[in-house]
Amino acid sequence: MSDASPQASPDTAVRTTGLHKTYPGPNGGVKAVQGIDLEVAAGEFFGLLGPNGAGKSTTIGMLTTLVVPTGGRASVVGFDVVKDPVQVKRRIGMVSQNNTLDNDLNAFENLEFRGRYFGLSARDARRRAEELLEAFGLAERRTGTPFEMSGGQAKRLMICRALVHRPEVLFLDEPTAGLDPQTRVNLWEVLRGLQADGQTIVLTTHYMEEAEALCDRVAVVDHGRVLASGTVPELKGSAGADTVITVTYDEDVPDGVAKLREREDIGRVEVSGRQVRVFTRTPDGVLGELVAAGAAAGVGVSDAAQLRPSLETVFLTLTGRDYRE
Amino acid sequence: MTATTQAAAAAGAAPAARPTLARTFWAMMAREVRVLRKSAISSFARVIVQPVLFVFVFAYVLPKVGSAGAMFGGGGGRGPSFSTILVPGLVGSSIVTQGIMAVIFPLVMELTWQRSITDRALAPLPVPLLGVQKIVAAALQAFLAGLLVFPAVLFIHASGQGPSIHIHNWPLLVLVMVVGSLLSAAGGLLLGTVMNPQKMQMLFALILLPMSMLGCVYYPWAAMDHVRWLQIVTLLNPMVYVNEGLRAALTPQIEHMPFWAYGSVLVLGTAALAWAGTRTFTKRVLT
Repeated sequence: MSDASPQASPDTAVRTTGLHKTYPGPNGGVKAVQGIDLEVAAGEFFGLLGPNGAGKSTTIGMLTTLVVPTGGRASVVGFDVVKDPVQVKRRIGMVSQNNTLDNDLNAFENLEFRGRYFGLSARDARRRAEELLEAFGLAERRTGTPFEMSGGQAKRLMICRALVHRPEVLFLDEPTAGLDPQTRVNLWEVLRGLQADGQTIVLTTHYMEEAEALCDRVAVVDHGRVLASGTVPELKGSAGADTVITVTYDEDVPDGVAKLREREDIGRVEVSGRQVRVFTRTPDGVLGELVAAGAAAGVGVSDAAQLRPSLETVFLTLTGRDYRE
Repeated sequence: MTATTQAAAAAGAAPAARPTLARTFWAMMAREVRVLRKSAISSFARVIVQPVLFVFVFAYVLPKVGSAGAMFGGGGGRGPSFSTILVPGLVGSSIVTQGIMAVIFPLVMELTWQRSITDRALAPLPVPLLGVQKIVAAALQAFLAGLLVFPAVLFIHASGQGPSIHIHNWPLLVLVMVVGSLLSAAGGLLLGTVMNPQKMQMLFALILLPMSMLGCVYYPWAAMDHVRWLQIVTLLNPMVYVNEGLRAALTPQIEHMPFWAYGSVLVLGTAALAWAGTRTFTKRVLT
């Protein structure tokens, strides 16, 4: 079988244009992805960040050919995911959210056969499996089945499996979901090592800190749309530059809060029932003013929080709602 | 373990992968053989117990206790021995049931819990071809199941009750066994992708049991001349054609369907079920 010619720049690892996915169902179905445009450069560590149900996994599913788009286009290393799925699969590695290891095979065989699926000879595949098990600290588990492994071990084995054939793009769908903090940090080290070696990585996560710690660039996704994308400093410097101060009163927000809107150093003031949210780049003293406004009106404060600029404030700024809602 | 060593292992020393569709397909077949080898004892027991018990009771115990059931067509030595009737029937039923189960049971796990089918769906193979691979792998198991049953049905019998087997046409025997294995595996793929996994226990009650009881395992199709409606209804049962084909190959002296009848159904049925099965399989794998 001859390789089709890639259709995009060799520097572009992933490109999507107006990507849509609607799952069939009543009332027009479920619109999981609604026009996502992305471009990931070769060698880049790119993150898709969003809450559960944002459309991240569906997007990764389309890029790895397992989910069929209902609109738009997507290509990986220049190959269209719909027209050339086999060419795409030859060039990618995928670590799913779930444990999709072959339960009928042990750890070594999982890697051995993955290598053989991708055209390695039996001898090369076995050598490659030994090499990866050793490098990822799984040599002692080589004869263990996936059922006998901890969550962290299984995830590391899945990463090994995805790397057996040296993929050009590695997709990781919520790789640290459900792992304990120590295992998560260990896995971050693994991913940083891969990135340092030039591996292109596309990662989905709903952990803000994970995206901040690992990714060169991040696309913030919600309701199947990209809300903003860029480097973490870029995002913080634009949409999320403000500190967000949230105060919840015992009763409706007092009228005195409204005068904050007139100040030039206050970006935005959002009032919703008993809660007020103030976006500002000069937060000093604002919380005190909000408490004082309540006291002047005889209204107590039941809760107060101040969020420094972060991806969480980016999300708050872009959507007007808490990230984990 | 350090990030550096991991990165080196991930990218540096790996031999070049040269995937082709054929290499990937055969690697998957090698995986099936490895799994089969690991579960050889349980697979062997699953395949062999039912036919062994059957011939033991009908070809050994019943003749010993003087039951008329030992002879087909009236006993007294006028008809073929029941053990002769059973040889193609039990070989055929083993092929069909094993072919169906060899696809369905792993597939139910792969398509539901954790969707482990993803492991192979990401291999560089078109998804419909992955479905074909599942058919071929299950057909291999079905073929082996048929072979395993032969010694039992040939050698377990009471004195004087041995089956009368005359294989004049070996290619026909091989053809029927191979196509019968593919037919049942293709049917298994279709069933496994259209049935609700939570109701898979119904497979035995509503499909495998009626298929076996009315699949001309214990009597030739021609013997149902006197129950014409049933004879016609059983034409819907694919096992009938496998057993009649094996009857033609193994016991040609016993009346059986003509080649054009069982042969065309086996070949066309395999093609139709494989087409439908790979379509439904693809729909289940790709969302």
